[in-house]
Amino acid sequence: MTDATISATPIDAASPRRRDIGLKKRYAAERRFRFYGQAAIFLGILFLAILLWTVVSKGVGAFQQTMITVPVEFAQSVIDPKDKRAEDPNVLLMANYPLLARNALVQALGVDPDDKKAVKAVGGLVSDSSRVELRNYVMENPDVIGKTIPVTMTANGLVDSTLKGHIDLKVPEERRQVSDQEVAWINQLVDDGIMQKQFNTGIFVNGASSRAETAGMGVAIIGSFYMMAIVLVLALPIGVAASIYLEEFAPKNRWTDVIEVNINNLAAVPSIVFGLLGLAVFINFMGLPRSASLVGGLVLTLMTLPTIIIATRAALKAVPPSIRSAALGIGASKMQMVFHHVLPLAAPGILTGTIIGLAQALGETAPLLLIGMVAFVVDYPATPMDPATALPVQIFMWANEAERAFVERTSGAIIILLLFLAAMNIAAIILRRKFERRW
Amino acid sequence: MNMMSDAATEKAVNAPADEPVIKMRGKDVCVFYGPKQALFDVNLNIRENAVTALIGPSGCGKSTFLRSLNRMNDTIDTCRVTGDITLDGEDIYDPAIDVVELRARVGMVFQKPNPFPKSIYENVVYGPRIHGLVRNKADMDEVVEKSLVRAGLFNEVKDRLHEPGTGLSGGQQQRLCIARAIAVSPEVILMDEPCSALDPIATATVEELIHELRENYTIVIVTHSMQQAARVSQRTAMFHLGVLVEEGDTDKIFTNPDDPRTQDYITGRFG
Repeated sequence: MTDATISATPIDAASPRRRDIGLKKRYAAERRFRFYGQAAIFLGILFLAILLWTVVSKGVGAFQQTMITVPVEFAQSVIDPKDKRAEDPNVLLMANYPLLARNALVQALGVDPDDKKAVKAVGGLVSDSSRVELRNYVMENPDVIGKTIPVTMTANGLVDSTLKGHIDLKVPEERRQVSDQEVAWINQLVDDGIMQKQFNTGIFVNGASSRAETAGMGVAIIGSFYMMAIVLVLALPIGVAASIYLEEFAPKNRWTDVIEVNINNLAAVPSIVFGLLGLAVFINFMGLPRSASLVGGLVLTLMTLPTIIIATRAALKAVPPSIRSAALGIGASKMQMVFHHVLPLAAPGILTGTIIGLAQALGETAPLLLIGMVAFVVDYPATPMDPATALPVQIFMWANEAERAFVERTSGAIIILLLFLAAMNIAAIILRRKFERRW
Repeated sequence: MNMMSDAATEKAVNAPADEPVIKMRGKDVCVFYGPKQALFDVNLNIRENAVTALIGPSGCGKSTFLRSLNRMNDTIDTCRVTGDITLDGEDIYDPAIDVVELRARVGMVFQKPNPFPKSIYENVVYGPRIHGLVRNKADMDEVVEKSLVRAGLFNEVKDRLHEPGTGLSGGQQQRLCIARAIAVSPEVILMDEPCSALDPIATATVEELIHELRENYTIVIVTHSMQQAARVSQRTAMFHLGVLVEEGDTDKIFTNPDDPRTQDYITGRFG
């Protein structure tokens, strides 16, 4: 009935003119904005992918190391020709171990032992570290002298680079570091199963070394660990206490305003300035040792404090006032209100801020250079007072080396640092999820 | 809900007492927020075991007065209170009075239900625990059950005492907050628009509860609802622009007010 009449009416007569309220323009603006946003995110992901790809493609090889496993004759004529090792333990320390390695390889390759030049070149295939490796082996098992036993030794860094294809063999022989003869030997050793790539534990445990094949981040990892522990132990309680006081107890007056402005400014101070401060105060004035992770930790603590304070204050501010009223309303003291209700609710935010501050400190290089942590440290630091380096500083030092094998290690070290940072950030997210409460 | 019939009986029973006991007394109370004065010389007596409703348009100072009764205004830095407010004859703004002890005696229920993000049990037991009113698990169980029963919530939550209080409905949350307030056995309970965030059914439950609580507690309630004031209170005080316009028996205020402003407000001509 009515339906029929409506459908029968001509459209132009029935529909009133609609106002133009600019819908088209508004939607177009929204579409444009979305496009900008997506483009920005895409760009960000692209750059991240490029970064990761370059680092990983360059550095993944660093987690493999070329090793040579060959039967070594521990000839008494080489190690202890005068048979005096019973009286003089120095004999075993001073013996010519590289000769053993060279002889073993000469035999394995079938090189003429009288060809002095070739023999010397063969000896270069094994890293100089074979001296230490074989010495340690003999010191631990003195009864091997006189026997022939297969031993695994680290190959020279150049051999490692050649095997991994980092050295361009198309370059004329006289202009590259590996001769055709050496390449032929390497191929022969690989074919015989004497030379093979193994997982590189050395990069995690070794200390500093001028030979790329034995250089590792062990000292840097320990140094960074000490510093993170110091930062956590100092910056977290001081930062949280300062924030709680400023946020919950301090009167709001000019003094607290000044303090707040200064904390925000401190967070923006370039880190190298903290390094100078640490040099002046901790080393020159207080006389703490140079290159020590203790000083590094103290400097990084100063640097991290503002970050933690700002994050904690934000987390405390985010706790709804109704919770405070509720606690006060049933007669909780201010302290009880803070510690029973506000702090637990702010904990996820505080944790996240702390971990982000720690991650920032873990990646910090500049202040550590100034307090002498850019050092050639071979031995593990037993305490935070001993010389050490840090992960980013180790990357900085390796990046300065020219050898091909060090370039690979630099990227490998970056991967390790990134993994640590990723682990910390994931921990932050997990902790946040776990402790977050809704109200 | 049998609230209407209950309300009716309560009204009948509540014949004016021979000699009303004054629990709290406000004398020349002025409150300032910074340079701005929010309350002007308020003189108001709160009777014991009665419900006093504070009504008035928004911004009239009724919540400010309520909050000065347990010194919740202390938490606002710029707030200043002059005049005398006494509880059982003691000046509550006397420096010798401990504000924590005062708030244990004068509890508060807020406009928006604000249970702690903890279990129902923890919500109720928190106050008695910090005041040292409970010694062991048995004490705690007892005070939790008693408070929840009194707040009319026990039967609804007895099987989930250890689930979060924030998981309850709005009305249940507000009753949980009332249970939390009465768990510390206060003498006075202040309620700041306790039903403004609740639906009519939950409101009716809470109003019924206020009726029952009156026997043991002195209650001061701020409300925007005329009907609520009329239903739950025995005394009513009307505020306007920071001034106490009129106070008296609820029946009288709502039927035959002395002040034309009260008349206008309760008939809905402003506010």
